[in-house]
Amino acid sequence: MSITRRSFLARILGSGAAVASAATAGAPVAEARGNKTLPPKAVGLLYDSTLCTGCKACVVGCKIANGKPLSTPMETAYLDDTKELNPDALNVIQMYVNGTPSAKDREENGFAFFKHSCMHCVDPSCVSACPVQALQKDAENGVVTWSRDACIGCRYCVMACAFRIPKFRYTSAFDPDINKCQLCNHLWAEGKYSACAYVCPTGATLYGPVEMLHKEAKRRLSLKPGEKFRTVRGRIDAKKPQRTRAYTVPNYKQHIYGETEGGGTQMLMLSAVDFHKLGLPKVQRRSWASISETVQHTLYSYLVFPAIALAGLMAITYRTARVTEDEEGEET
Amino acid sequence: MSLAHESYAPLRGRLVTPVTVILALLTLPAAWFLLQRFIYGMGAVSNLNNGQAWGIWIVFDVLIGTAFACGGYALALLVYIFNRHEYHPLMRPAVTASMLGYALGGAAVIVDLGRWWNFWHLLWPGYANVNSVMFEVGVCITIYIFILMLEFAPIALERFGLMKWKKLLNKVMFAVIALGVLLPSMHQSSLGSMLIVMGGQVHPLYQTVLLPLLYVLSALAMGYAIVIFEGTISGEGFRLPRETPLLAKVGRVLAWVVLAWLVIRFADLAWRGVLPLAFQPGRVSTMFWIEIALYAMAVLILFIPTLRKIPCMLFIAAASMLAAASLYRIDSYFVAYNPGDQIHYFPSIPEMSITIGIASFEILAFIILVRLFPVFPAHGKSKAA
Ligand code: SF4
Ligand code: SF4
Ligand code: SF4
Repeated sequence: MSITRRSFLARILGSGAAVASAATAGAPVAEARGNKTLPPKAVGLLYDSTLCTGCKACVVGCKIANGKPLSTPMETAYLDDTKELNPDALNVIQMYVNGTPSAKDREENGFAFFKHSCMHCVDPSCVSACPVQALQKDAENGVVTWSRDACIGCRYCVMACAFRIPKFRYTSAFDPDINKCQLCNHLWAEGKYSACAYVCPTGATLYGPVEMLHKEAKRRLSLKPGEKFRTVRGRIDAKKPQRTRAYTVPNYKQHIYGETEGGGTQMLMLSAVDFHKLGLPKVQRRSWASISETVQHTLYSYLVFPAIALAGLMAITYRTARVTEDEEGEET
Repeated sequence: MSLAHESYAPLRGRLVTPVTVILALLTLPAAWFLLQRFIYGMGAVSNLNNGQAWGIWIVFDVLIGTAFACGGYALALLVYIFNRHEYHPLMRPAVTASMLGYALGGAAVIVDLGRWWNFWHLLWPGYANVNSVMFEVGVCITIYIFILMLEFAPIALERFGLMKWKKLLNKVMFAVIALGVLLPSMHQSSLGSMLIVMGGQVHPLYQTVLLPLLYVLSALAMGYAIVIFEGTISGEGFRLPRETPLLAKVGRVLAWVVLAWLVIRFADLAWRGVLPLAFQPGRVSTMFWIEIALYAMAVLILFIPTLRKIPCMLFIAAASMLAAASLYRIDSYFVAYNPGDQIHYFPSIPEMSITIGIASFEILAFIILVRLFPVFPAHGKSKAA
């Protein structure tokens, strides 16, 4: 059987579409999906490192609110020494230390605190990665939740999250769960809100609508260092907000962490120490979820490419396979 | 082109040999540790943690395992799409090995799924997330395992003399084969795309939107390399007539695929402007160059006709190609992946035992299948044309 030029061309096209359709990923793509945008009623947290005293009330409060075992009895809860997130700690306070730490919020010979918990990304990698929609972002309030019922335990979310948040329980055979902050949305029905913000004595962790929190963050950045200012504690949208005492305006880094990171997050942070020194990752503005999904949908959008490739391949194998297979194995 | 009238026969011979006994023994610890894994959890047997959540069960057993099982895919492309019938005698052993490789890769996934009883969610409309790269991988590999079984079916039907059924199956074989080319092209590329969403945690030398292309091409290359590798070993092990000229021709195809891969790899690095990172000393750049050196060695041997016709050199080229592409997978998921924390991951002994057990089981099953089923061309008749 000789190959005509046309059928050879078809062959190249058929296999080319199948094998190298991936190449289109590199070209400018028609249906590139951009970053997702903040949901209309997005709620979140504002964490101001300069107001945090490192009391870790939020660490213990978070455990109690989420039914997690305490690492010390309640009488000595202030001794809680959870250093890193784990399946039973959805929120920890970590510490930046440099040289002889003699002053707070100073990069050299200083120290600072930062809160490590889910950022509730606007365009979360974990949600994009999860193959079974166990992780979902609420379309209204933007809280990123996990479903015990759906999860298959593949831990793709653990690999995908740039903020190292989801924690899988390796010690369990029959109910290994993924653990991450869900913004205490289970407390909303009782009229309560994020325990970490509720217990925070200084207002360092503040709960509320992201837009209000963002405004407040910008306001603090606009203040003159050394001057006095007051803010609120608990929730920013309370009917009667609880005012704090007067604080001195610190030397804020002029950046709201979470404003652009990874396409934005619903937890915003302020600090006087470089965010990356605190241990927060550099994450580009274009969300990786959007890049991944653009590549994937360029290749597989409505299965058009695969369908065309399959048709091309079948047109070829229809002839080649019959010739070959009929010839073989007639005798045993 | 005249077609050879091919006939195949079981190799027969003893099933209990020192080799098969050793392989069987190697699966025993795996069975024991698997039992523990399912009773006491993954933490009881593995060193997996929340820094490096995917270990050798995913990277070795699934990523590298299925790429090693791409022989059937790579050959089908040559034989059926480019109509190179002369490679057809290599097809059956390749399909057999691919079927086993993929089936065990699938089994390894179950071992690695913490909530394995929910596996079916991947395939269920209400749960499946079409935006997830892993969804594509899961669905595609599941279907492909069945396709490989259908590709193997004629061999089994022939063995049991069910020629009517075989004829019937052959009528739709073209569709099976077409899917057998399409599906690996899809999921082998997706195995690379899975890294994209991990973003900046993956070193820029490895993080690129061309990951799908690089992964599928290197899987294809591994497919050709494994045909040579396994063809040589089977030839020696089962004392079959040497297929060197044919394998050398596969080697030439392989050379072009690897060359294309290298060109794309470096063009991508240059285009993204991260090539200088390859010259900064460090773990990632060191591994990068070891990989490239292995690729280069394979290409060099394969492009020199006199060299690639020497069975031993051809074998070395195939082996170094397999090592290079395996390293590429290991490097992109382990070495280049850095979530920021100090991550400590080195597979535990039980973890390794399970991986070794799965691989041993695969080889053992291959030996048994080729001894009982007509997989290899019957002696003397294979080159009758
Ligand atoms: S911080 Fe991590 S776990 Fe939280 S929403 Fe973002 S990607 Fe998901
Ligand atoms: S471990 Fe569960 S939640 Fe995380 S990606 Fe896998 S299925 Fe989704
Ligand atoms: S919102 Fe609730 S779950 Fe999240 S860190 Fe605060 S207390 Fe913990």
